[in-house]
Amino acid sequence: MSDTLTATAPVATARTDAPMLQVRGVKTFYGNIMALRGVDVNVYKGEIVTLIGSNGAGKSTLMMTIFGQPRPREGTITFEGRDITNVPTHEIAHLKIAQSPEGRRIFPRMSVFENLQMGAAVDGFAHFDADLEKVFVLFPRLKERINQRGGTLSGGEQQMLAIGRALMSRPRLLMLDEPSLGLAPLVVRQIFDAIRELNRTEGLTVFLVEQNAFHALKLAHRGYVLVNGAITLSGEGRELLERPEVRAAYLEGGAH
Amino acid sequence: MEIFVQQLINGLTLGSIYGLIAIGYTMVFGIIGMVNFAHGDVFMVSAFIALICFLLVTTVMGITSIFLALAIVLVVAMVFTSLLNWAIERVAYRPLRGSFRLAPMISAIGMSIFLANFVQVTQGPRNKPIPPMVTDVIVLMDNGSYQVTLAWKQVIIMAITAILLAGFWYLVQKTSLGRAQRACEQDRKMAALLGINVDHTISLTFVIGAALAAVAGTLYLMYYGVANFADGFVPGVKAFTAAVLGGIGSLPGAVLGGLLIGLIETFWSAYFSIEYKDVAAFSILAITLIFMPQGLLGRPEVEKV
Repeated sequence: MSDTLTATAPVATARTDAPMLQVRGVKTFYGNIMALRGVDVNVYKGEIVTLIGSNGAGKSTLMMTIFGQPRPREGTITFEGRDITNVPTHEIAHLKIAQSPEGRRIFPRMSVFENLQMGAAVDGFAHFDADLEKVFVLFPRLKERINQRGGTLSGGEQQMLAIGRALMSRPRLLMLDEPSLGLAPLVVRQIFDAIRELNRTEGLTVFLVEQNAFHALKLAHRGYVLVNGAITLSGEGRELLERPEVRAAYLEGGAH
Repeated sequence: MEIFVQQLINGLTLGSIYGLIAIGYTMVFGIIGMVNFAHGDVFMVSAFIALICFLLVTTVMGITSIFLALAIVLVVAMVFTSLLNWAIERVAYRPLRGSFRLAPMISAIGMSIFLANFVQVTQGPRNKPIPPMVTDVIVLMDNGSYQVTLAWKQVIIMAITAILLAGFWYLVQKTSLGRAQRACEQDRKMAALLGINVDHTISLTFVIGAALAAVAGTLYLMYYGVANFADGFVPGVKAFTAAVLGGIGSLPGAVLGGLLIGLIETFWSAYFSIEYKDVAAFSILAITLIFMPQGLLGRPEVEKV
């Protein structure tokens, strides 16, 4: 990275309200290896923010660090003004942050229905039937597979289930780790449309990790580029899409 | 034929008790991957709790209805044994979570020795008897020289076991507590991401396992009429064998394994040699581990993800 541009996006500087999710100087280690080298990320209410970067850049580590798995060795994470850096993982979930994590982590010996029930636990099943209907409208495939065990679903179906499970908790902040992974292009479009729709109609805040930079940056209001555990670029989604260094690093071969 | 039927009845009775203990082994193994060597001794302690409670209920409180006494004893034994196991998990296993894999197991062996010695010192090394509780029998078959009998206490043991297992099955499969328990067993980190308090769930697993062991301990006391500080080890290892035979981690497997071990042991005693009945059960453990390590109903190691 010859010229690392850490220019903050105009959108971010223009905002005077406090970010919903604020990551400040976070350093995360695996043993002695520093996986995150002082990361700063802001997600404002109602935004779609994407984090792009290549394999091993630390994207998923950041997602898990926000949930305290593992804890950062330095830095702070605040959510809606509350310092959650050292809050137990399950309590963070109760603040209504939901994650569709790397590797999907479907419960393999539970049915699709039970997996969705697990997602609704945080919400106390208050809106279970209505939310279930919404998820089925989004992913009709899950309805067909409702009694099938999670471990026997295809990769794409598991991806849908992981997102559906996250939505069942009625999150205030939805964190998606590579939702396009392993999905057919048509389904990817469907999922990205669904995210845009949820954001537009319900004001859902989304923090999205993607390798599929083209789709992600087109969808997002703002984006960050993570290289080797550090943010090297940030800005509006469309602005980042124009950057030659982004195009060269993440968009060779054009849109896919 | 008559002997066969009689042994079948005896074997199923014994197997019910093994099955109840085996569930505790298999659940704990399922959720934290640890063989809880102290579980047999928790079962033994529960028999002593039941014994003390039974004597209090019958002599001090003067309750004469045997079924009421049994019900009180069962509930008291379940409550106190659950508390004990909850405390054991907090003190001896939880601090070692995240440590190397053998550490909690070694701690469990220590806890096993502690419990056996504690009971030996406080209750004495001899068998502690209780007066026979339910002595009536039903004669099923009689060919003049051999009577096949079904004792009422055998009926009680099998009935309580069946009712309890049905309730337990419902708890695990249909309630949100059970779902949280299974979620932690399958993916602890994901369960936490979904707001499940993993530590509480693990505690709950120990409590449920202890409650079932306490029922086994009470029934064991009623069946044999004595409790002894050394009664934790052999029934414990046999129940562990049952869990391995059924497929460790599998709840139906634990019950099936328990019944099979009970039957094998009784038939071996009847037809071969009563002195070597423990050898039969432990040979099964060795054979299972060598030729079928996943057990009868266990899942193979590889899973599609």
